[in-house]
Amino acid sequence: MNSFAEAYTWINFRFLLEGLWVTIEVSVVSIILSSIVGLFLGIIRYIRYPVVSGVVGVIIDLIRNLPLLLLIFFTYFGLPKIGIRMEPLTAAIAAMTVFESAMIAEIVRSGILAVDTGQMEGARANGLTYWQGLRYIVLPQALRKMIPPLVSQFISLIKDTSLATIIVLPELMYRAQIIYGQNTRYMIPMFVALAVLYFVVCYALSLVASRLEKRVG
Amino acid sequence: MISVFQQHWQELLTGLGNTILCSVIALFFSLVIGSTFAIFEVLPSKFLRIIGRIYIEVFRNIPLLVIGMFFYVVVPQYVLPMDGFTAGTIGLTLYTSSFIAETVRAGIQAVDSGQMEGARANGLSFMQAMWHIVLPQAFKYVIPPLGNQFINLVKNSSVLAFVAGFDLMYQGDMIASATFDTFNTYIAVGVLYLIITLPLSYYMRYLEKKLA
Repeated sequence: MNSFAEAYTWINFRFLLEGLWVTIEVSVVSIILSSIVGLFLGIIRYIRYPVVSGVVGVIIDLIRNLPLLLLIFFTYFGLPKIGIRMEPLTAAIAAMTVFESAMIAEIVRSGILAVDTGQMEGARANGLTYWQGLRYIVLPQALRKMIPPLVSQFISLIKDTSLATIIVLPELMYRAQIIYGQNTRYMIPMFVALAVLYFVVCYALSLVASRLEKRVG
Repeated sequence: MISVFQQHWQELLTGLGNTILCSVIALFFSLVIGSTFAIFEVLPSKFLRIIGRIYIEVFRNIPLLVIGMFFYVVVPQYVLPMDGFTAGTIGLTLYTSSFIAETVRAGIQAVDSGQMEGARANGLSFMQAMWHIVLPQAFKYVIPPLGNQFINLVKNSSVLAFVAGFDLMYQGDMIASATFDTFNTYIAVGVLYLIITLPLSYYMRYLEKKLA
């Protein structure tokens, strides 16, 4: 127990919290960007626009079926070969946004598909255009169905930011490794701190989501 | 990219083999552990329900990397020595089992409660009814989501690269740092991952449509 008291000094704790802040920063920016791109791509895939929807579909399937870690490696170590150089923070956000956009696009598409086709037909019969029907009738209903899978995706995203430790992004996992690298006695306290901090953030998000789900549902 | 395959096919193939091996082992054990905790969650005993809930929530809300690293750096130091492959596979198993538990629980709850009642009325014990009547029906519902979990498992097995697990990602990283041809090596590694995950993913989509 003594090692806990030694490891949890204010300096170490502040160092970890600053890492948690980087984790949250990367997560929030990636969530916002990939929600926008994912919504857009999901709709393109749903409307079956000739050629474009097919091409978008293939790209989404390719990205979804790759490990995120590979995309992070490729963005940070591979792309500089063709002249695209990024800071660790930018590279992490870019790789996560590309990966999560593909995942969200698929969630959006199946959410829209789950809405009864009669809704769109009814909207059209009442004089709305296709886009109006999509915007005011179908999408709001689809969004309600999308909340649970979206939230689990966002939780995955937060957990996956830990992979960016490989490109020396100073997030929570990376900083914990630095602290227990100084002294092996700090290992267990650091893993406990990591587990607790990640758990609190992710579990809080799932609680907020289930409350939100009850309110709109 | 072709030249990467030509020059390093042996390393890449070893990596692919290890990735598949670790995914299959982790799938088997996470199915066993996941189903056990899923049954815990539908048991009449409140104590076991709470145990099941805690297990699932803990492993679902902690990054796989943290769990894997714990078995790679902490466990060998204090408990028993193990190599990176073992540590990574154990981490992957525990992490995935929590997702499988959620999936199987949803499957069990989708089976009509009359099935259990009928089985109990015919003299089967709770566990007999669960094993012979409810679980076989539940597994029919959960095959597509379980397939998707397996795809995630294969992708997540790339964290073995962090713990020197000699998987595909690790081998790719070794080749990349030896040849400096990062761009083509990572594309080659990506192609190999897609060979496993893409057919599975299309098959699962087909199954989902067929079963719906």
